[in-house]
Amino acid sequence: MPQLSEDQRIVITGVGLASPNADNLQDYRSNLLAGQSGISEMELRYIGKVPAGLCTFPETKYRKKKENKRGTRAGCLGVYVANEAMQDAGLDGFSQYAQNRTGVYIGLTEHGTVETENEIYNLSQFEYNTDFWSHHHNPRTVLNNPAGEITMNLGISGPHYSIGGACAAGNAAVIQGAQMLKLGEVDMALAGGISESTGSFGIFASFKAEGALGVHQDPTKACRPFDTGRNGIVVSEGACVFVMERLDKALARNCRIYGELVGYAMNSDARDFVLPYGPRQAECMQLALDRAGLKPEDIDIINTHATGTKQGDIEECNAIRSLFKNCPHTYVNNTKSIIGHAMGAAGVLELAGNLPAFADNQVHPTINVDTLDPECALPNLVTNEPRQLETVKTILNNSFGMVGINSVVIVKKMTST
Amino acid sequence: MTIDEIKNVVLEIIQDIDDEADLENLNSGEALRDQLDLDSMDFLDIVMELRKRYQIQIPEADYPQLATLDSCVNYLTPRLKAA
Repeated sequence: MPQLSEDQRIVITGVGLASPNADNLQDYRSNLLAGQSGISEMELRYIGKVPAGLCTFPETKYRKKKENKRGTRAGCLGVYVANEAMQDAGLDGFSQYAQNRTGVYIGLTEHGTVETENEIYNLSQFEYNTDFWSHHHNPRTVLNNPAGEITMNLGISGPHYSIGGACAAGNAAVIQGAQMLKLGEVDMALAGGISESTGSFGIFASFKAEGALGVHQDPTKACRPFDTGRNGIVVSEGACVFVMERLDKALARNCRIYGELVGYAMNSDARDFVLPYGPRQAECMQLALDRAGLKPEDIDIINTHATGTKQGDIEECNAIRSLFKNCPHTYVNNTKSIIGHAMGAAGVLELAGNLPAFADNQVHPTINVDTLDPECALPNLVTNEPRQLETVKTILNNSFGMVGINSVVIVKKMTST
Repeated sequence: MTIDEIKNVVLEIIQDIDDEADLENLNSGEALRDQLDLDSMDFLDIVMELRKRYQIQIPEADYPQLATLDSCVNYLTPRLKAA
């Protein structure tokens, strides 16, 4: 890594999450290692039964039911994971950092879709008389909503906003948080992503119309990246927020450090509305490696973005092949196969699920790979059972999105400074 | 609707907004906002719910008349007489 001063090195010191299969990192990691799917079936307005990932977590642990009703599902998820992250970092109560020096950066694939669909449905019960349109619509649908709900709950008076980056948004928010820390704009960043997309029939219906909605008789088998039987995306809700701070401050308070964000990059395909493009994904991975001062063979785990679509999975595999062809010690896995596609939360939830590998040296499996697609047959693809490695020191996390947005982050185990 | 029925409707709407609201010890002559965790958006919820249930339009100029439980009842009684 290029030599940076400690105040320019950014570390992750807290993790809060809500995933379809867990509401804390420890259970989440256990379930990922066990390949315990969080996908079930839900009944959705107009479209009927669909496989989806739904989160169960203590919704009123950090704010009243009244406030959850006032706000959005994304806000409810966000308030829970932000508080959990702060506690995990040993920073609850703002004893170390001031509230006006804390920034909240939340990645979203979309926001407002759920609330707008609900309002229009409500309006349909009143012959579309707009007198019945809710006064809550505007505060619920402004794009800063989930981040703003977090600041209101925690009394954070520093900056907050959303990062709109389709399904690359979670990683994009982590990058934004790191940049603001490096610039000295804030002293602590709560950065991550949130998805409430399971509340929107339109998201499911649109994927269906694109021929990209994952279905299976057994919902736990619906999300199956790299398998020949894959047929599309399984939409999930979820959230994950990291506490990020500068290394010098983290060392001074002698806290646990999950890892250092040593590399990151974003770029654009500049080609197509929906189809991903492997060569540009490879460029994005290379940019992140360059920033980290690492070579492909230095990466221990590549956590893929693959969503279970025919072309998307192949494009990413081709991108990985092009860069990592001579890397016998680099292992590849996929978290979506277990938790579905948590959209704006995907990148960060998937990264969070792999961070414990720095401690247990295991690569969690990609499940539902019954018949591996030859075009996705990467060397060292970890399928169906976890893989024990001698040591895990680096994780590269891919997250790509529609309209051609790519984000890659590389996190390194803290060994010594 | 009788006065008691109207009172119960208002309390039911408030309960729906905040199921932790302490309605047992509510002083019907004192401002609701001074006794309960209600803000301006919550009052708009009350107005909207009355509109949905009874199709009554409450103009903004009349909102102050919803300040206490008693004033709510007084304001709504002629409007919900036939309800």
